[in-house]
Amino acid sequence: MQDVRWNDPRTSRYLGKSVPRLDGPGKVTGAAKYTYDMVLPGMLHAKVLRCPHANARVASIDASAAQRMPGVHAVITDIAGAGRFAGQEIAAVAADTEEIARDAIRAIKVQWEVEPHVVSTRRGMRDERRVGRPREATRGQDPESLWSSAAAVIEEEYYCPVREHLSLETHGLVVQWQEPDRATVWLSTQAVHGSRGELAGALGIPQQNVEVICEVMGGGFGSKFGPGVEGRIAARLSKMTGRPVKLMLERYDEQVASGNAPDALMRVKAAMSADGRLIALDSKIWGTPGNGNNSGIPMPYIYNVPNFKTWQAGVSTNTGGARAWRAPDRPPASFLMESVVDELANKLGLDPMRVRQLNQNNQVRNRQLELGAQLIGWENRNKAPGSGTGRYRRGMGCALSEWGGGMGQPCNCDVKIGTDGSVYVGIGTQDLGTGTRTYVGTIVAEDFGLPLSRVKADIGRSSLPVAGGSGGSVTAASVAPAVKDASMKARARFLEVAAGLMNTSVADLEMRDAKVLSKSNPANSMTFDQVCAKLPPGGIQVSGTTLASLQQGGVAGAQFVEVEVDTWTGRIQPIKVVAVQDCGYVLNKLTAESQLIGGVIQGLCMALLEDRKMDEPTGRMLNPNMETYKVLGSLEVPEIVPVLYETHDKVAGIGEPAVIPTAAACVNAVYNATGVRLRTLPMTPKRWFEATETNQ
Amino acid sequence: MPEEKSAKGELSRRQFIRASGAAVAASTVAGTLISANTKADAAPTVPAAIGAVDVSLKVNGKAHTLSLQPRVTLLDALRERLQITGPKRICDRGNCGGCTVMKDGKPIYACMMLAVDAHQSEILTVEGMGTPERMSVIQEKFVEHDGLMCGFCTPGFVTSVHAVLQKNPSATMDEIRRGCAGNICRCGTFNRVFEAAVAAARSGRGA
Repeated sequence: MQDVRWNDPRTSRYLGKSVPRLDGPGKVTGAAKYTYDMVLPGMLHAKVLRCPHANARVASIDASAAQRMPGVHAVITDIAGAGRFAGQEIAAVAADTEEIARDAIRAIKVQWEVEPHVVSTRRGMRDERRVGRPREATRGQDPESLWSSAAAVIEEEYYCPVREHLSLETHGLVVQWQEPDRATVWLSTQAVHGSRGELAGALGIPQQNVEVICEVMGGGFGSKFGPGVEGRIAARLSKMTGRPVKLMLERYDEQVASGNAPDALMRVKAAMSADGRLIALDSKIWGTPGNGNNSGIPMPYIYNVPNFKTWQAGVSTNTGGARAWRAPDRPPASFLMESVVDELANKLGLDPMRVRQLNQNNQVRNRQLELGAQLIGWENRNKAPGSGTGRYRRGMGCALSEWGGGMGQPCNCDVKIGTDGSVYVGIGTQDLGTGTRTYVGTIVAEDFGLPLSRVKADIGRSSLPVAGGSGGSVTAASVAPAVKDASMKARARFLEVAAGLMNTSVADLEMRDAKVLSKSNPANSMTFDQVCAKLPPGGIQVSGTTLASLQQGGVAGAQFVEVEVDTWTGRIQPIKVVAVQDCGYVLNKLTAESQLIGGVIQGLCMALLEDRKMDEPTGRMLNPNMETYKVLGSLEVPEIVPVLYETHDKVAGIGEPAVIPTAAACVNAVYNATGVRLRTLPMTPKRWFEATETNQ
Repeated sequence: MPEEKSAKGELSRRQFIRASGAAVAASTVAGTLISANTKADAAPTVPAAIGAVDVSLKVNGKAHTLSLQPRVTLLDALRERLQITGPKRICDRGNCGGCTVMKDGKPIYACMMLAVDAHQSEILTVEGMGTPERMSVIQEKFVEHDGLMCGFCTPGFVTSVHAVLQKNPSATMDEIRRGCAGNICRCGTFNRVFEAAVAAARSGRGA
């Protein structure tokens, strides 16, 4: 078989074009059924009792009153003997209605032995038992020996708080146990195949006997790989009762116990030469992933620093555990490094964008900087930061990113062509809202010259050919090449049959408008359906696998942000964001752009609003809801210009990278507007005013 | 309290429960049949709720009488009792707008109203505005402009835009943004929601 390549976007009908998503009509009309929407006959509702203390042992637990309540079918009290954060799962019930389940949870009496707790990184880092083994790295000379010879030196502390995924559909599932040894599970997940094992373990049955279904899901952002504690609870309750059990986390549960991104307290000293080259960097970083102490912020991220010393350690606290969060650890790394570079460049009176070009080698990124600068109007920034007058001051900032986005676990894919003209493509991946289902369909439609409506794209079930979890932006780069492989194999088989029927060679044939045509003799043609009718009984069925030659990782990005600061109120309003993103071969322009826009908005939320607040005296989260854990709304969202910067003809993933540099660029824009440097996120009005007093 | 209702268009608890099984078996996503694999004889056994009262609602043109405890929200009545699951439960306290429905012509948060307080009112949800095969203009424009990603907030946004355009069919960008100020999206679809709404307003085909 000849080399498989991606279709030329100049002549393609779907690939590289803007194609509305296949599941759009279902989603806008309420017809799409999410896990949260499932109702099965005889279904019970489960609720979870959570530890109200940050650190407490269960001295005794009495669930007899709950057990006696009419409508209660099962109670579990052995989930954990202690709560190591406020919100840890202790007991659970399954009842006829949600209301009864809530009543039953309230009727469970627990005697707690409360123990001391620590919920902040700053307190935890003072206790060496809570600090994990440091990760250290050095290069070149000891930075200590270089400070005195540098043209500019800064020594500062930066802080980026814990942020939450805030998926709108909470974590949860519906488990339907089927005697004697099978289960069907509707799960809001980023990994239908990867979730089977944990559920099978909880049920004590073989993994092959569990089917996981996730046709559509309401956001994950890294927090929904496994079924988790709630998944194991629901599985047990379903097996105990023999009834389907639905367990969707309540909003409070979601925000205290379903994952977050660790914070980062960063102490940095860095130096630059008079011509704008980074000379040396010495950094120490602490952050809490909850009840663990790992840490993985890449330093000095994308920048070439000839001499550095880095140190970081995780700090264990009595808080909900961290999980992967859209481009894990890169947004704080970017916030730190881009602030440092910006501070040094400004100290020397140099153009921050030019300084970036001097200090990193990626030529794609350097060209992206030029393009972004042009699109935002970089020449209109404050050449002297904070030089504006009046109440409202505008300014611009920029920042860079780097992400993998290549192939993950190789996938399998089935393509079937029926003698009735039906076209089917099936792969056990899932669509997080990124548009996966749509490109699975368009790849096949493109190869067969068929309208998309003729292709049945089947995803979101673990009974389909195996595909990996959707994390690390690897989905498109793993799934699309497998679909392409299966599609091209099916196409080759189909054309062999057509060539025989049309008395010509396969090389002479092309497919478009649901027809097979001879290139040499336009009069010689058959419809797609006519050829299908002549296929051998059973039609064509082929399997494909991920072709590594069709994907490539390593995506660069550059972003520019313009903000307006109200100097009377300290309120920061983003005005415009330009996001230039290296994306390889574009499968669907429309949904790819949406990914960039979405990443930017999450980055702005990080810059301006997001902050998990813990109360040290009680050890509880103060904002476990969507009223006080804030994200951007429709009145704050700025103009966003997504630029798909194609650098090669292979598929790369871009789900995560756009979120990385936005907050950093926003911080730099506030400095450019007002001459005030904020080193703690989010940039609240209060923090802006405080900063004006210390560093204007 | 009567257990069975016979009034036209109303469902008794038992009839409703029977119907709900059928609704699951027939629910589709993007044309995909979700097979529930449930046994027909797995009869649900929801006990008569203590203190339940009758609540009459007209939802998407159909009349229903439900026997509900007073603490049941309008949102839960729609979702759990009627399987009208377009309106989503996300924050459950009036912060996010995912449950927005039209009540007697005005947009409200269905999670912030008890079903008994909606007695005898007319409710319109995204299901009543269009179907995947016959979408409303607003729904069509949302799809065309990609005003959705994961789609969980989308019914709320569609309803808010519906409310804005109902008030002013040629609403401006500013009016649309204000009309959506009570809706939260986490994937970051705002800009394209606004584009879709403006396109719907310009189409001159109403809400």
